[in-house]
Amino acid sequence: MDIVFAVGFQVMSGVATLLITSLGLAIIFGMMRVINLAHGEFLMLGAYAAILSARAGLNIWIAMLVVAPLVVGGIGLVIERLIIRRLYGRMVDTMLATWGLSLALIGAVTMIFGNTVAGFSAPLGSFAIGSFTASAYALFLIAAAIVLFGGIWALLRFTPAGLIARGTMQNAEMASALGVSPERVYAVTFAAGSAVSGLAGALIAPFSGVVPTMGAAFIAKSFITVITGGAAMLAGTFSASGLLGTVATLGTFATTPVFGEVMMLVVAIVLLRLLPQGITGRFFRRSL
Amino acid sequence: MSGIRLPIELAAASSVAIAAILVLPHVLELFALINATVYVSLAVLALSLALVWGFGGILCFGQAAFFGLGGYSYAVAAINFGDTTYAVPVAIAVPALVAAALGYVMFYGRISDVYMGAITLTLTLILFNFVNSTAGDQWRVGAAPLGGFNGIPSTPPLNLPGDPGNPLPPEWIFAIAVVSLLICYILAKLILRARFGRVIVAIRENERRAELLGYDVRAYKLGIFVIGGAMAGLSGLLFANCVFVSPTMFSLFYSGQIIIWVMVGGLGTLVGPVIGAILLNLLTTWAGTLPEINPSLILGAILVLAVLVMPRGMLPSLATVLGRFRGAGGVT
Repeated sequence: MDIVFAVGFQVMSGVATLLITSLGLAIIFGMMRVINLAHGEFLMLGAYAAILSARAGLNIWIAMLVVAPLVVGGIGLVIERLIIRRLYGRMVDTMLATWGLSLALIGAVTMIFGNTVAGFSAPLGSFAIGSFTASAYALFLIAAAIVLFGGIWALLRFTPAGLIARGTMQNAEMASALGVSPERVYAVTFAAGSAVSGLAGALIAPFSGVVPTMGAAFIAKSFITVITGGAAMLAGTFSASGLLGTVATLGTFATTPVFGEVMMLVVAIVLLRLLPQGITGRFFRRSL
Repeated sequence: MSGIRLPIELAAASSVAIAAILVLPHVLELFALINATVYVSLAVLALSLALVWGFGGILCFGQAAFFGLGGYSYAVAAINFGDTTYAVPVAIAVPALVAAALGYVMFYGRISDVYMGAITLTLTLILFNFVNSTAGDQWRVGAAPLGGFNGIPSTPPLNLPGDPGNPLPPEWIFAIAVVSLLICYILAKLILRARFGRVIVAIRENERRAELLGYDVRAYKLGIFVIGGAMAGLSGLLFANCVFVSPTMFSLFYSGQIIIWVMVGGLGTLVGPVIGAILLNLLTTWAGTLPEINPSLILGAILVLAVLVMPRGMLPSLATVLGRFRGAGGVT
């Protein structure tokens, strides 16, 4: 019985990690149809922001939950101004430009901080599930995923800002005719998505280790999760990370971590073949 | 296009190739010559994506998958056969078959742009993860251990057909690489001149119109994709001959670099990506010798600038500038 709970807990924390690391990308893709291939590096910048401010003497929770999203959100705002804004509507070009940005950020951070792994240990201890021990930080991660996801959903669903964002997402021209400036909405969206990525990077830092190239491990998984999810960003990302995270974690238990990941990627390819518009192209179409 | 231009272009390309084969081995030291062979093999890779993306309009994030498959198939086949004669067709056939299977899934499934990017990227990652995990004795194909993270350091160099006792010296490998590049270039030119190539370009320009005119878009796209896969396999084979095969051939870094070469060189041209590959590799090698600057920073900045400032790439932008003086058309 204990093992069922232990595996279930692992699955949940796997899904939560995937959800947290994909949300920033999903927000930007869902709202602006922009694929930010520098997403992995935004995670990395968030992790660095947290670790550096924690080393400077800041409380670790403030460093992770406040400093990281603020710093990366600010960086996102600048990048939107300099690069993304010039390429709206040119999806492939944006992908290429952000991919170049990703390389440049890796290079720049390597030059500044060196190629060594920095890290901080999970700030919480562990707890027992029967005869198994599990990390309390994983529990925190699951809670964080629920809060983050619920918060974004409530923001979009119930606030005036959310209404404007949803309206612009559905029909930018109409929103513009009604007096909304789509450019400002996009700028804020990109900054918000970046901030979520930064927060995610700080949250995963304790168990992933912080190196300039850490983004590469996440970008492909997040990209595939978001694409498999399809057009409705929240429902899509939620269902895709639920499915793919479960497959990856169970696969890891049955074989090795590498094959767990391979199984997840194979499932994603098969799913895209069956549902070329992603999960929400067929199911939950009218959701957010 | 006038009838006289093609022969002139082919003659020019051939003379450059012959000059390179005759001159470079005498001028360059051994290490530089091997490096030059690497660049030429990567130029073949750039050419393969130039064909698939620049003319077929298929943005493939996974060209490195075919590159790596070509290298690995060559190494495994050569070690097993003890002779590289038949390893060469294997190294071209395996990636072509994989491209056919993947292309079938994508084109006949009518998967759109971004999703195609996601799928090709995913395949590359699967291969990268898989090959990385094949350390240890249980992972071998026949006599060839796959070697996991370390790759196959004992990748045998090419020998003359049927004469496994005599591996070819680096000068020969260089010449073979240059000739392969020339053949691929001529092949690509001829494909684009033929009816098949014209339909491919028509599909890139307007897929629906081509379809309504009665062309089976899926089959044409599959065709160019398989040709690109085979070419990338050949490039992997050449690369394996001067370095050795390792999982980095499948890495995200390579998949992305190929896109940069094509983009910077000029999308929709054949010569541009070849020049782009060689110049950018020279640049990264040079940047690698500077201790304070990271090559990734330079490459990334170049890509961002290329997209923002000259989205059509180096060669077409240059042609436009020159054309203003001469009042003539572009380059292909």
